[in-house]
Amino acid sequence: MLKINNITMRFGGVVAVNAFTAEVKKDEIVGLIGPNGAGKTTVFNMVTGVYKPTEGNIVFSPSEENSHSLSTLSPDEIAKIGICRTFQNIRLFKHLSVMDNVFIGNHLRLKSGLLSSVFRLPNYTKEEKEMYDKSKYLLEKLDLYEEKDEKAFSLPYGKQRRLEIARALATEPKLLLLDEPAAGMNPQETQELMEFIRKIKEEFNLTIFLIEHHMEVVMGVCDRIYVLDHGAHIADGSPNEIQNNPKVIEAYLGVD
Amino acid sequence: MEKKKLTKYIVSMILAIIAIVIANIVLDNYKVRILNLCFIYIILGLSLNLIYGFTGLFSLGHAGFMAIGAYTVAILTMSQETKQMTYYMKPMVPFLESLNTPFLVAVIAGGLMAALFGFLIGAPVLKLTDDYLAIATLGFSEIIRIIIINMQSITNGALGLKGIPQKTNGTIMKFLNDNFDIGIKPSINLLWAGVASVVTIAFIYLLINSSYGKAFKAIREDEIAARSMGINLFKHKVLSFTIGSFFAGIGGGLLAVSLGTIDPTLFKFSLTWNIILIVVLGGMGNIKGTIVSACLVTIAMEALRFLDEPLKLGFMVTEAMPGLRMVVFSIILMAAVIFKRDDGSLKSALEKVRGRYAKN
Repeated sequence: MLKINNITMRFGGVVAVNAFTAEVKKDEIVGLIGPNGAGKTTVFNMVTGVYKPTEGNIVFSPSEENSHSLSTLSPDEIAKIGICRTFQNIRLFKHLSVMDNVFIGNHLRLKSGLLSSVFRLPNYTKEEKEMYDKSKYLLEKLDLYEEKDEKAFSLPYGKQRRLEIARALATEPKLLLLDEPAAGMNPQETQELMEFIRKIKEEFNLTIFLIEHHMEVVMGVCDRIYVLDHGAHIADGSPNEIQNNPKVIEAYLGVD
Repeated sequence: MEKKKLTKYIVSMILAIIAIVIANIVLDNYKVRILNLCFIYIILGLSLNLIYGFTGLFSLGHAGFMAIGAYTVAILTMSQETKQMTYYMKPMVPFLESLNTPFLVAVIAGGLMAALFGFLIGAPVLKLTDDYLAIATLGFSEIIRIIIINMQSITNGALGLKGIPQKTNGTIMKFLNDNFDIGIKPSINLLWAGVASVVTIAFIYLLINSSYGKAFKAIREDEIAARSMGINLFKHKVLSFTIGSFFAGIGGGLLAVSLGTIDPTLFKFSLTWNIILIVVLGGMGNIKGTIVSACLVTIAMEALRFLDEPLKLGFMVTEAMPGLRMVVFSIILMAAVIFKRDDGSLKSALEKVRGRYAKN
């Protein structure tokens, strides 16, 4: 579904990601791990179009027959073809209500023009109702419906994380990128998150690519794992293989 | 939107228009003029609030778009004789000299003209953000003003335009006086600016609560997140900026008609500043607040006029200090910013003042 071919990202003299290659197949949960500053978020930024890779290319094929080269698309176009993400430091629309946050996730599918929206012409009201129903369904599924009228920033941390995922799901992605979903969570919340990730994967028929520091989460939910260190790919394989890979242990713990 | 809510809005719009008609008959000429200005400032305040308060684009170019609207309306409504008299330094372009349209057409043309320029300026400038955008829009607004000064055969340059036909309610008043013998003098026709402001309020309200309005707010809240939610930042920013310019043009056009005379110095930066004052006082992204603060600022501008004259302070008389009014406004603005809360509305600012001093 997602093929990352040999991408390199240079910022001036700094090589953030060096010739990284990876593949995410349909219905998989793939993890991307590595010590701080390894270039994980840079990989995500390249997949979502925030950065253009200096070298290499990324191909996204949501189905057999169509595939897109992501390096020519802008972030909003990438969202439209079915890749959506969450952020390491939560980026909700803080002063908007929980409902509006999810509602905005639907905006990219709106077909009505500006004037028919302002004058509430039938084609718009029909679409708007669908968008509301969809948002309501998502909020109910993700257990946030009770808080629908609250401002996003007033939610507790764990719920903000969940709302961010709800908002991303509203764009109807085929591939969901989660950037450290368990950051700042206690063990119990982490446990719930793992359940949650598995649940949404089934419910919404998703393929998930995630960055995580909590080894528990990575080992618990991922089918395959890629390991980055200093921008370079050092290992990949199943959670078991990774756990026993000497290179990975070296990158994380160092050697004498 | 539910039917019930819709009827409620339509009824309140009709009531507002009836109130305007009654005010037009009952109030004297001076008060009608101030009320007329209130309506115009509501339009201008809302148009900037759409750009700045709802979409988060810090634009300082409002006066430029108002100038475009004002000049378009003036040129389209002045009669050929008045134009010949006004353009005595350099005759006007013959095509424009004979051009004369009905008032409504002229106002809408003014709005469209401003929107066109808003689009042309917005397209390159909206790639910038924050302070850079503010400086660029400020620059463009000055460029518009300088061009107006130098296009003498179209705009009459620095001499300005005089004798823009004002809209009075003479015929209605004559009818009332002839039939009911109430003996009131005709005044400015409030209905034009009144209806325009009611329409603007309704338009902005509906826009803000539509999916597009929510996308605008998303851009204000977090551009990076909005972009990764599939919102085309550039398209939406240009949309918001163009609509804001359209209403700025309408407001400018109505201002020209209500003043009867315009010249390039009117559209200096201080005019933009007045509108920013309204937006900040009323609250960023707050429609009701903008309406209240537009009225307050306009009325206070008149009511505080005595400050510019020699002041009698009981034991002494100060000299006249033109501009003291603006000092008061600056203090009000400072207070508003200091006491501002997250939603930044006037009401919460007052609550905060109360809270701050009630505790001790």
